[in-house]
Amino acid sequence: MRYGMAVDTLKCVGCSDCVVACQTENDVPIGYCRDWIVEKTFGSYPELQLEIRSERCNHCANAPCVRTCPTEASHYGPGGVVLVEENECIGCKACITSCPYDARFVHPEGYVDKCTFCIHRVEKGQNPACVSVCPTHAMIFGDMDDPNSELSKAMATRKWKALIPEAGTDPKVFYLL
Amino acid sequence: MSHTMNRREFIKIAGVGASSLAFATPLFDFSKGEVLAPDTHPGMYSKRTPTYCEICFWKCAGWVHTNEAGNIWKITGHEDDPHSNGRLCPRGTGGVGMYNDEDRLKTPLIRTGKRGSQTFREASWDEAFEYIADGLKKIAEEHGPECVALFTHGSGGTYFGDMLKAYGSNNIAAPSYAQCRGPREVGFISTYGEGVQSPERVDIRDTRCLVLIGSHFGENMHNGPVQEISQATGKGASIITVDPRFSTVASKSKFWLPIKPATDLALLLAWMHVIIYEGLYDKEYVEKYTYGFEDLKAHVAGMTPEWAYGITTIKPEQIRATAREMANASPRVIIHPGRHVTWYGDDTQRLRAVAILNAILGSWGRRGGYYYPEKVSFKSYPHPPFPKPKRTWKDAYPGQYKLAGLALASGICDATVPTTERDCSFKGWIVNGTNLIHTLPNQENTLKAIDALDLMVVIDTMPMEITGYADVILPECTYLERYDSIRVSPHREPTIALRMPAAEPKYNTKPAWWMAKGIAEKLGLGHYLPWKNIEEKLDWELKQVGTSLQEMKRIGVKKFEREYDDLYPMEDLADFEFNTNTGKIELYSTAMEDEGYDPLPKYTHHEEPPYGYYRLNYGRAPMHTFSRTANNPNLTDLMDENSVWVNPKVAKGWDLKNDQYVWLENQDGVITKTPIKVRVTERIRFDSVFVVHGFGHTNRHLSRANGRGASDADLITRVHTDPVMGGTGMRGNFVTFRFEAGEEVSS
Amino acid sequence: MIEEIITSGRMNPEIDPVLHVWGWEIPFYLFLGGIAAGLLIFSAYFSLRGREDELPTAVKWMPLGVPVVISVGLIALLLDLSHVWYFWQLFTNIRWESPMSWGAWTLTVITPLSIAWIAIWIEDIFPNWDWKFEEVKTVIKWLKEQKRVLAQVLILLSIILGMYTGILLSAFNARPFWNTSILGPLFLASGLSASAALIVFFSKSEVEKRLFTRIDIILIGIELFLIVHLFMGHLAGTQVHIQAAEMFLGGPYTVVFWIFVVGMGLVLPVVLELLELKHKFIPAIVPVVLIVGGNLMLRFIVVSAGQASRWLY
Repeated sequence: MRYGMAVDTLKCVGCSDCVVACQTENDVPIGYCRDWIVEKTFGSYPELQLEIRSERCNHCANAPCVRTCPTEASHYGPGGVVLVEENECIGCKACITSCPYDARFVHPEGYVDKCTFCIHRVEKGQNPACVSVCPTHAMIFGDMDDPNSELSKAMATRKWKALIPEAGTDPKVFYLL
Repeated sequence: MSHTMNRREFIKIAGVGASSLAFATPLFDFSKGEVLAPDTHPGMYSKRTPTYCEICFWKCAGWVHTNEAGNIWKITGHEDDPHSNGRLCPRGTGGVGMYNDEDRLKTPLIRTGKRGSQTFREASWDEAFEYIADGLKKIAEEHGPECVALFTHGSGGTYFGDMLKAYGSNNIAAPSYAQCRGPREVGFISTYGEGVQSPERVDIRDTRCLVLIGSHFGENMHNGPVQEISQATGKGASIITVDPRFSTVASKSKFWLPIKPATDLALLLAWMHVIIYEGLYDKEYVEKYTYGFEDLKAHVAGMTPEWAYGITTIKPEQIRATAREMANASPRVIIHPGRHVTWYGDDTQRLRAVAILNAILGSWGRRGGYYYPEKVSFKSYPHPPFPKPKRTWKDAYPGQYKLAGLALASGICDATVPTTERDCSFKGWIVNGTNLIHTLPNQENTLKAIDALDLMVVIDTMPMEITGYADVILPECTYLERYDSIRVSPHREPTIALRMPAAEPKYNTKPAWWMAKGIAEKLGLGHYLPWKNIEEKLDWELKQVGTSLQEMKRIGVKKFEREYDDLYPMEDLADFEFNTNTGKIELYSTAMEDEGYDPLPKYTHHEEPPYGYYRLNYGRAPMHTFSRTANNPNLTDLMDENSVWVNPKVAKGWDLKNDQYVWLENQDGVITKTPIKVRVTERIRFDSVFVVHGFGHTNRHLSRANGRGASDADLITRVHTDPVMGGTGMRGNFVTFRFEAGEEVSS
Repeated sequence: MIEEIITSGRMNPEIDPVLHVWGWEIPFYLFLGGIAAGLLIFSAYFSLRGREDELPTAVKWMPLGVPVVISVGLIALLLDLSHVWYFWQLFTNIRWESPMSWGAWTLTVITPLSIAWIAIWIEDIFPNWDWKFEEVKTVIKWLKEQKRVLAQVLILLSIILGMYTGILLSAFNARPFWNTSILGPLFLASGLSASAALIVFFSKSEVEKRLFTRIDIILIGIELFLIVHLFMGHLAGTQVHIQAAEMFLGGPYTVVFWIFVVGMGLVLPVVLELLELKHKFIPAIVPVVLIVGGNLMLRFIVVSAGQASRWLY
């Protein structure tokens, strides 16, 4: 089982609901966020294109943060989800500097925090909070190993990209184009 | 074959809907992406209570989840609610921030200093009510109760409205009419005999072509349309967006027409020209249902795409291509009426043009066009008949705004400023949940009006600019801490939704119903609000429609079957009598003609920005509802200030850099009170700038909002009033850049 | 024009708008680690070459400072840990892929060894000290017998420590500026150079001074060579590496790096040292301050610039 996520850039309106839902679901402190929205505009007026992406930890299969963690606090959880065990984290921040996506931060309590793909929900059979609230149904969460999952189907039929694949991290969040 | 559903088929579908009520089934289906399992968090026991959202007018129903300690944890959408379909927007999800905001109004306050000087003392509820009752009695004696008005934007307005009617005035105005959607309602009523209503009766879900004129869904997060646009485009629908700005939805559109601002009516008329003269209109529909087609045809004869090109800067071939796109989709096409449409003062006429265009494409009353909504006929708790007021606000405007269907907030404001022409100006304002300083155009005028008042009561959850001018401030608890009226909304299926408290009110705050009842009792008018408490009232009302408070507490939203099977009554060209003078869809409006207005919409040229000035366009950001969310900790986390969008060419001319702070100055020399960040972007025309409305607060009690960004409302000093219904056109203001602050204005 | 912006207001402290999770503590720790490594390498190497009496400062005296330097460095490291009460977790895991883990373990081993190394020389340094307990004398005697082995182990561990201070950074491929294998040798060379300069400063022997001045000149030469190669490598790399290099070639780090680190921290001291070798009078404090200061600054700039460099997407 390999959990992954696809964000449909054609449907995403960048409303940031995913960001607030994550914040309330996971008690992310005010002033911090585990996911965010990027808007990229190409071209010159009036020939323009806009790409909107809801971004978060890519739960890389070859995660530099797991590699550089001196204590195994950063580890691969169920389905390859990259997690931080807060009571093993010493706060050295090597994982933060090693993440090309800037997806991690130091929680005010000292340990390093990040997106968990809402594994506590996923293990109960629910979608991650961000996916579950998205008003435009722009996000798909699922098992990449299951060819019948909505995620696998979308990736088989749509054009997609991942962020900085050339960094060699093997990211598992995809952007449908 | 008939597309109209018969009664039996309908019941079958309703049955499917009802089965999803069994929300507790622990089931998950990745292929559908639906969550059906109970919501839990590690180490947290979650209880959920129903609510409907108060952060915008869409009023999505949802669930408030509380943790073991009884603290509010999160809010999610209600699966059975047609407004939200189980998914709230960022503001709804961030509603918890409204509850947690430590800057909330905490206790009743009575003014001690000069009005506007922000000096208050804390008071008990009894004292505050006494003060208000004394003030109201005095106004009633000296001027008559009709001299008191209620401005309201929010659910609690019902109760203050009842209190005011009991007192003897029915001057109840919502800025959402004259400052927002009024022209749309009047434009459609004069065409179809009924309005667009809220939620809008547009069948976006099943449309094949959606035309948006200045509507920026995606940035405007009215939940229903945003969800349905995503659904429709997923099924291959095309979008045509007319906007001087490359909005989010423009980026999702097949056609983006970057129109020169203030020329939309010319485009609409040119579209009609193409559709009529290329024979693309729905001939049977026009024949059967409409009145005045030949007049219309003659009227638009000269309004060719080439004519419109010179006005709108949209190329003729693009006008033709988009007109054909609409016609190809006809009748499943929607020329969306928008919502905030008070732009240039001829807005009713522009919305008439929108209504007409829909009519000739045959989309009204058709699937994928405009449906016929239905709502539950809901009885209110019985009360003695209210006294009949001797005068209304309209008496202040003899012969004007004859088609205004609702009270004009701006009209009442203007009629408060004393003049020799009127025998009685307004003397008392009750302001519920609307920050009039930012909401009404022309702040100077608003302040003049406030200055002339004998009594001003403000009810709000947050300190706002307007609260600073109050004589008495009543702190309302947030929607998460109170009961309110049942939400009875018109939709494809009639639904009702309950709001109930998920937690005890924080601080010394109270719900509106309790305040209104308390004031009414002090006035000796308690018998007009005869229920003991809100639970009794709601339970009585709910029992009339076959449910109860107890059941609603459990299910939150209840769907009803339609009484009439007429969702799309014109689908098969069935006979239909419209509520107009002619009983037809009036392309040529006899009602307008009777009142002395143009029966067919005419293009009028609007002033253009002078050299070095840019038209001030304003709008929304998805994470805010203007002042209401400006200090919400969760939402300011997403956006804590606005910026002014500037085209790179303009930026080059002014040597503006990204993130640089500037002040904006309008054509009348008015300068924003606070500076604003520059955003240099290709996404806007070079003749206009764009600012998100609702920032630039100056109330120092708003720790997160104070001084962040600038307020476009500061700059809207010139208003073009719609002669038909009194809408305040606010898009005729032009701004330029300043690199230093204006002089300090002493208040 | 391409405009790419975060529109949901992400402002995670120390991450946005520019990554800055590592402040002064990490570069300071790296600096001290480099000096400790340099001092131990010189001491062990010249001891193995049997020149301990000829070069007493380098071999016998300077190691005295090593535990102090390491301790201060460790304090700096601990100050940087934001979840510091869990620091012991470092020692319940051995993570071969994590440079942080390497550093923790290397320091854990090297610190007692450096104390043992001091013990070997302690009687030479304090000849009149009465050690009172027989046990102490026995331990010192035993250690002296292990001198060669200990020296060899120390050289190996010190090279690891010296290189590690650079490799810690170069292991992060998310930061293009750091992502070059030259940082390891560069930091090793610079740690050795600072150590040599300190030896020159503290030494009273003309022979020792001249030897270490020469060594220092060679090391600085190596450093300059490595710096040139660092930029050549980046400029020959991918776009992100080129952009990383451009921060120093016209970008915000240009002045501070080329004038303060290269100019005043490397080139000027070499000139002064050459003059010294030609028996010109140069106040002893000047080159050492320049070199040690440049050394410290090099690490501050590399740590800061690395965090500012990023992948584009």
